[in-house]
Amino acid sequence: MRRIGFFTFAVGVALLPALFPDNYFVMAVGVSAGLNAILAVGLNLLMGYAGQISLGHAAFFGMGAYTSAILTTRYACPSLIALTAGLIIAGVIAWLLARPILRLRGHYLAMATLGFGVIVHVLMVQATPWTGGPDGLNGIPPLNLLGWSVDSDLRWYAVIMAALLLAIGLSLNLVDSRIGRALRAVRGSEFAAQMLGIDTGRAKTQVFVVSALFAAFAGSLFAHQQSFVSPDSFNLTVSVELVTMVVLGGLASTYGSACGAIALTLLHEGLVVFEDYEMMIHGALLMAVMIFMPQGLFIGLSQGARRLWRLKNKASA
Amino acid sequence: MPEQLFQFLVTGITVGSLYALVGLGFAIIYNASDVVNFAQGEFVMLGAMTAIALLSAGLPLPLAAIVATLLTVLVGLLLERFAIEPTVGAPVVTTIIITIGAAIFLRGIALLLWGKDFHPMPAFSGDRPIHLGGATLLPQSLWVMGVTLLLVVLVRLFFNRTLLGKALLACSFNRAAAQLVGINVRVMLRLAYGLSAGLGALAGILIAPITFSSYEAGIMLGLKGFSAAIVGGIGNPMGAVAGGLLLGVLEALGAGFISSGYKDAIAFLFVLMVLFFEPTGLFGHKVADRV
Repeated sequence: MRRIGFFTFAVGVALLPALFPDNYFVMAVGVSAGLNAILAVGLNLLMGYAGQISLGHAAFFGMGAYTSAILTTRYACPSLIALTAGLIIAGVIAWLLARPILRLRGHYLAMATLGFGVIVHVLMVQATPWTGGPDGLNGIPPLNLLGWSVDSDLRWYAVIMAALLLAIGLSLNLVDSRIGRALRAVRGSEFAAQMLGIDTGRAKTQVFVVSALFAAFAGSLFAHQQSFVSPDSFNLTVSVELVTMVVLGGLASTYGSACGAIALTLLHEGLVVFEDYEMMIHGALLMAVMIFMPQGLFIGLSQGARRLWRLKNKASA
Repeated sequence: MPEQLFQFLVTGITVGSLYALVGLGFAIIYNASDVVNFAQGEFVMLGAMTAIALLSAGLPLPLAAIVATLLTVLVGLLLERFAIEPTVGAPVVTTIIITIGAAIFLRGIALLLWGKDFHPMPAFSGDRPIHLGGATLLPQSLWVMGVTLLLVVLVRLFFNRTLLGKALLACSFNRAAAQLVGINVRVMLRLAYGLSAGLGALAGILIAPITFSSYEAGIMLGLKGFSAAIVGGIGNPMGAVAGGLLLGVLEALGAGFISSGYKDAIAFLFVLMVLFFEPTGLFGHKVADRV
């Protein structure tokens, strides 16, 4: 069953550019939806499975992006090495931060992660000699995969979608592993999980680091794909957006998070035509979805469809 | 050096008063409904922007301030009725996203009404600075501190001395028990949102002459108010006031002695440090988990 889902998704993703060749919308929106989906799948491991909220996830996304940007533009570092360095930096910072920050619960945890995100953002704006300040860094070379330069829209689409499939595969496997079961126990009741002999501190630390690695990976790809980074791409709004994607897709569902990310990316693209009304409509939709479908868009819609189906059956009987 | 320090303290207490009022709003709503209202900063922005619009329409300042506050209270009540009441008991993440959605929605409306420009507001009683020792003080700072003090005292009296305030407090301890002794919990919830929106609006009107205002002005203020409430131990109104003042002063000192560009980072670093050592805030209750 799980395999079928994965292959359906892979085939669908591969068919899109074949069905719409040279379609700018599919390529550009596909790439940004794919990146968002990687971020959401990673964040869902932390939020959905372990039940820990993070309002500062854009910070790890930014660390990956800025590490790649700085190393490739300043030191002519090969892009794969820069990507690895970004993963290491984000991973180490997440590891150091995990113990003290994941001791916190509920709103205190929300505050602490939010604060961390703001601090990293301020550093990006202020540490001008390193980060280029508010203007950011440009001229980032295309990603170079052992001699194969990723420099066309189609190639980017292929790379990002491959990365997304990798992320989904990793996430599905992780969830079904010993760690995944430990995490779900932590979400159910941390106390009970401890009683069962689970080192909850360690489990939470591991998932926080993994989730940060997903984000930094997406960040590196983002930097190369845009060939430009600025602090605006990693602010609080982005962190909030990521949380929204995960919740919209339905917590604790890998495909749900990916679909939530794709839905929200499409929504943004669609709302652009409303110009100044975009913000108001965006806010109203967010509220409406959470009020009427608190379990997420997909569970909400499928429940609604089932209810309709039942009504129809009753009417015919 | 001492004059400089005094100057930073004055600035810090002015800004801190504002954080205190926003934090107080957070604490009141949290107590009544277990919801952290991320649209609290937008109440501040709405109060300021509406007052500015009414002033430029020719209304005298006191009237403009009162009407702006009442309109914001109405917005708070609508938010409670249509976004919070239908979702009582929802998980933390859901309520966070709902109130963030509300914040974006209100910001969007402000953008449509007033555009992206910064809007100035005349000071309540002139701009001539008052010299105090080696420091200068804007008359508006005195207004901010004075009105904040008055509001904090009134809120305290309300909670400690009036039946209505005590009923609201009872809801925050145990909603079911409050309902059983005949308190209308739903009315109390609306009261909390109205009160909190009103406090936010007044804060916005007080600070607008110093900082100007725009449709985005509420974002950072809301976050700082949230920080104040968290540092004080969420759900403790006077803790939030203390947290706000502390945060304002630290931020001003950091901006003055280290770098103004890093002032937000300094404020949030302080919040993180507090949480690392006191995971429930400085004046929060140490709660034992019920399994």
